[in-house]
Amino acid sequence: MIRLENLSKIYSMGDNRVVALNEISLSIDKGEFVAIMGPSGSGKSTLMNIIGCLDVATHGKYYLDGRDITSYNQNQLAEVRNKKFGFVFQGFNLLPKLTAVENVELPLVYAGVGAKKRREEAIRALEMMGLGKRIYHRPSELSGGQQQRVAIARALVNHPSVILADEPTGNLDSKSGMEIMEIFRELHSQGNTIILITHDINVARYAKRMITIRDGQIVSDEEVERR
Amino acid sequence: MKFTRAIRMAISSILSNKMRSFLTMLGVIIGVTAVITLIALGRGSTQRVSSQIESLGTNLIIINITGGRNRSVTQEDLQRIKGISGVSELAPVLSGGVTVKAGNKNTSTSLEATTPGYQQVRNTYVQLGRFLLQNDLDMRFRVAVVGVDVADELFGRRDVIGEEISINGVEFSIVGILEEKGSSVAGSDDNRIIIPLTTGQRLLRSTEVRTFYVSTLSPDVVNQVVGEIERFLTRKFNDENSFRVFNQTQLLSTINEATATLTMMLSGIAGISLLVGGIGIMNIMLVSVTERTREIGIRKAIGAKKRDILVQFLIESAVISGLGGVLGIIVGFMGANFLSRILNIPAAISADVVLLATGFSVGVGIIFGLYPASKAASLNPIDALRYE
Repeated sequence: MIRLENLSKIYSMGDNRVVALNEISLSIDKGEFVAIMGPSGSGKSTLMNIIGCLDVATHGKYYLDGRDITSYNQNQLAEVRNKKFGFVFQGFNLLPKLTAVENVELPLVYAGVGAKKRREEAIRALEMMGLGKRIYHRPSELSGGQQQRVAIARALVNHPSVILADEPTGNLDSKSGMEIMEIFRELHSQGNTIILITHDINVARYAKRMITIRDGQIVSDEEVERR
Repeated sequence: MKFTRAIRMAISSILSNKMRSFLTMLGVIIGVTAVITLIALGRGSTQRVSSQIESLGTNLIIINITGGRNRSVTQEDLQRIKGISGVSELAPVLSGGVTVKAGNKNTSTSLEATTPGYQQVRNTYVQLGRFLLQNDLDMRFRVAVVGVDVADELFGRRDVIGEEISINGVEFSIVGILEEKGSSVAGSDDNRIIIPLTTGQRLLRSTEVRTFYVSTLSPDVVNQVVGEIERFLTRKFNDENSFRVFNQTQLLSTINEATATLTMMLSGIAGISLLVGGIGIMNIMLVSVTERTREIGIRKAIGAKKRDILVQFLIESAVISGLGGVLGIIVGFMGANFLSRILNIPAAISADVVLLATGFSVGVGIIFGLYPASKAASLNPIDALRYE
């Protein structure tokens, strides 16, 4: 489903060249639950940005569902993000002025779904996250764990091919963090493809496969043994 | 994305920062108010002047003899002009400023010495008594027809037929009171005295008729008659610069041109304030784009295209300035009515001005929103997401 071939990302600032990703090759199949591990500065966020089509690689090829998207323009990438990916960020990234349900509706708005259907789907996604009673709350009226569940509902509402989670438990206390990870485990068991970026081995253990990167290169790629 | 939703989104974003939105709008509000008020007052006064001139009669021609001191038209010349086809009536006028006394009261007023034809030519009739008669001229009677202001001033009442007044020390008796005309661009028409031409020639010690009025049978023949008169006078004086011929249509278009230019100039100045308002919008939109960088990043991450963001911000600035425009129209209405009451100028607010102002203010919003909106639209999603 996702196939990267010799993918590199090089930032040049003046005379300095920073190699963030160095010739990465990787493939992820449908239904996998993959954790990408690494210390900060290892290039894991860059990798996630490129996989999520938020950024483009300097060299190399990226095939998504068999299609080479390396040459896509900004608008095509926006459409890919909208249709294929659901993002869950460390900082939740909800729009503070919108209610929970309006936040969840947003991907459908940009997908051009009609107002009535949008509302129904958004409410269903929120109910799935156990937030049926918080539909009209604003992010500031919700706890961190609840906000992250709204963000997951937003990621799911468009039935994406891949859910990309960047340190989803980073801003949460350990109890809420565990709840969120249980949600990801549940989503995986329902057949969703999940890519999780983290530096925390305890979080990574929820995944089935663990890829470790350091200095822009994959240093290990292994099955996670069950605890 | 649906347009109505985009507008609702823009309105909620504007409402979430009411004070700032209002201050941003203020520039547009002031601009539109100024445009509406100035155009309304400009047009109102143009209309009033036009209707005043039209009430004098559009078939009136005024001839002034200028040039040399002893140049004037004779009785025979006037007869010849009266014979031109299309001319219905003619009235020579000798005028001057005089002092009038009655009892112990006196006032200064303007005197016109003329013939009975004046009545028809100048559309000036008496409300009491009678106008001048040919007999008054032939016999050089010292009779006078007075305007209501003169009667009010000297006697404090208007039924003054038969009263005696002294004009520059010569006794006259009042035989008629003119209809009240109100004041016009040329001053008050009610503050004047009309006496027979022949009597006036003696009183003013001048026999030279240098002004006369001609009325035509219909407004359509005015130009033709003007041409004939010009030809006649050119032949007589052998100099086409020694006289001036005016007609009301000419006067009307001259005044209309003048006021239109003035209105244009004033609304141009008002337009500049709209421009300044637009710059204010651009400024605030730029601040807003910076503040909302993270929001833009989130929207882009979940699939907003460049166009979506562009449209969102464009609509926002168009709604701000459009709303400002609507408020400006309302305030402009009130301002025009208020000013027309204190300045005593009629206000004419027409639909085209309102449409123009609305269109212009929305246009200002779009034009000045374009740069901030395209700046927002071209933000890189990861940079925008990282922005704190």
